[in-house]
Amino acid sequence: MAIIDFVINSRVPMQALPPDWPGGFWWHWLFFTVVIIGFVLTMVMGFIYIERRGMGYMQSRLGPNRTGPFGLLQPVADALKVLLKENIVPTTADKLVHWLAPIVAFAPALMIFAVIPFQDKALLADLNIGILYIVAISSVSTVGVFMAGWGSSSKYSLLGAMRNVAAVVSYEIPLVLAVVGVVMIAGSMSLNQIVLAQNIPFILLQPLGCLLFFVAGCAEINRSPFDLMEADSEIVAGFHTEYSGMKFAMFYLVEYAEALAISAIITTLFLGGWRGPLLPPILWFVLKVVIVFFVMVWTRTTLPRVRIDQLMALAWKFLLPLALINLVITAIQVLIWPTALPWIIVPVNFAIMVVLILIWSKFFKLGLGRIEV
Amino acid sequence: MKFERYGIGIAKGMTVTIKHLFRPSTVSQYPEQRLNTSRRIRGNELIWSEEKCTGCGTCAKTCPQGAIEIVTSTNLVENKYRVEKYEVDTGYCIQCALCVEACPFQALFLSYQYECATYRRDELIQGKEAMLETPERPVSGYFYPERAARLPKQTLLIEKVVEKR
Repeated sequence: MAIIDFVINSRVPMQALPPDWPGGFWWHWLFFTVVIIGFVLTMVMGFIYIERRGMGYMQSRLGPNRTGPFGLLQPVADALKVLLKENIVPTTADKLVHWLAPIVAFAPALMIFAVIPFQDKALLADLNIGILYIVAISSVSTVGVFMAGWGSSSKYSLLGAMRNVAAVVSYEIPLVLAVVGVVMIAGSMSLNQIVLAQNIPFILLQPLGCLLFFVAGCAEINRSPFDLMEADSEIVAGFHTEYSGMKFAMFYLVEYAEALAISAIITTLFLGGWRGPLLPPILWFVLKVVIVFFVMVWTRTTLPRVRIDQLMALAWKFLLPLALINLVITAIQVLIWPTALPWIIVPVNFAIMVVLILIWSKFFKLGLGRIEV
Repeated sequence: MKFERYGIGIAKGMTVTIKHLFRPSTVSQYPEQRLNTSRRIRGNELIWSEEKCTGCGTCAKTCPQGAIEIVTSTNLVENKYRVEKYEVDTGYCIQCALCVEACPFQALFLSYQYECATYRRDELIQGKEAMLETPERPVSGYFYPERAARLPKQTLLIEKVVEKR
């Protein structure tokens, strides 16, 4: 904690001054770049462990428990194994695209963390359009995925990549609309400002928005039940069917880094980010991220995979209208009761969420029947 | 109004999975914890009784795989066959137990063993000495109910799953 405080306090305020080599800016940049890369890699390892053990227990198994105490070293063993594996490139593959795809997919997942505050002002760049930056950057991963699908010249890869693009294009809209509600309440797009504005976590003021963001986020990063771009039973492993060795490890890393990014964004936007009593802020942040990720694991274990038409229908017929209604209601609330008491507005918002979901489930039809939401 | 259609189904499913999270798991940790197999298991080896065998060769004739090889010679003094060589290639054996059922003198049994993997194929060939019944190589109760009664009862679940630390 002390070193973070030191770095934050010793630097010049970033937005006030241009980069001044060899001043504080570069130290700030170096420090946070190292911190972010370390944070992402360690958290990804932790996430892999949590996912495998949590899923194991929920399925009445034990999960990996042979390597190290409680199987804690399993991600390390997997990483070592995959590093030593042979790198196979198909003969008909587009070599350059095939080689570039993992990097293109991984870089944006890492870049998202540039604007996520780990503590007050403890972030790489306090952009005043932080959330816009995230929305812009996060979709670039899809280009990497599509490059992988195209470059492999395999029908399974291409099918998986096509499904991924279709899903991301559809789910980007409810995702962004859910974020807009938060931005309106907080009155800022900077993630640091959004966290500072959360005297009560925005999940209470924006329950519907949080739900929509969670569902759309899960769909965007291809987690179950929306993992039909990697559907093992239909298209072998989707876009990374033809990948092996280090490049496969990169895609595996991207998958979990994106899950980490979505968890971190939900934490920052809806759960109050690093704010919390007693514990140091960074611990609160990590704790909330892990909780959000655990909910993702929970839904993954519970829900079966949806079909492609159900995926599209859920985005366009259910999430999009609800996101728009949520936006209008939030706008009205912000306009009419800007200083409304939270103990009035929180139950009202929860009631609105329940009523809207009930009504929309009634409207939401797929073929001849309704599907559960 | 069926509430299963309004997200209640998902909530129900979520409670089921979260209950499983806090429930002891039902798997056994195989190399350390073993379940007793069925008493009538068709194990991977054959057990042969040298005293009861008359060298008639019925087992070799019934074996659909031709995995049993028996060579006998005549013992004119005692007026019976002597078994010179008796070999089973368990690599070819399909555990059909036809030989056990066919044996007219109840001299052949299936083994209770089921972990008989080896590194070489020729180690799978059981010679005469490797087919005798010993405490380490018990007889399965298959086709012989009175032998089955002597074996421990089958277990389906370990009482407590202990995780290896």
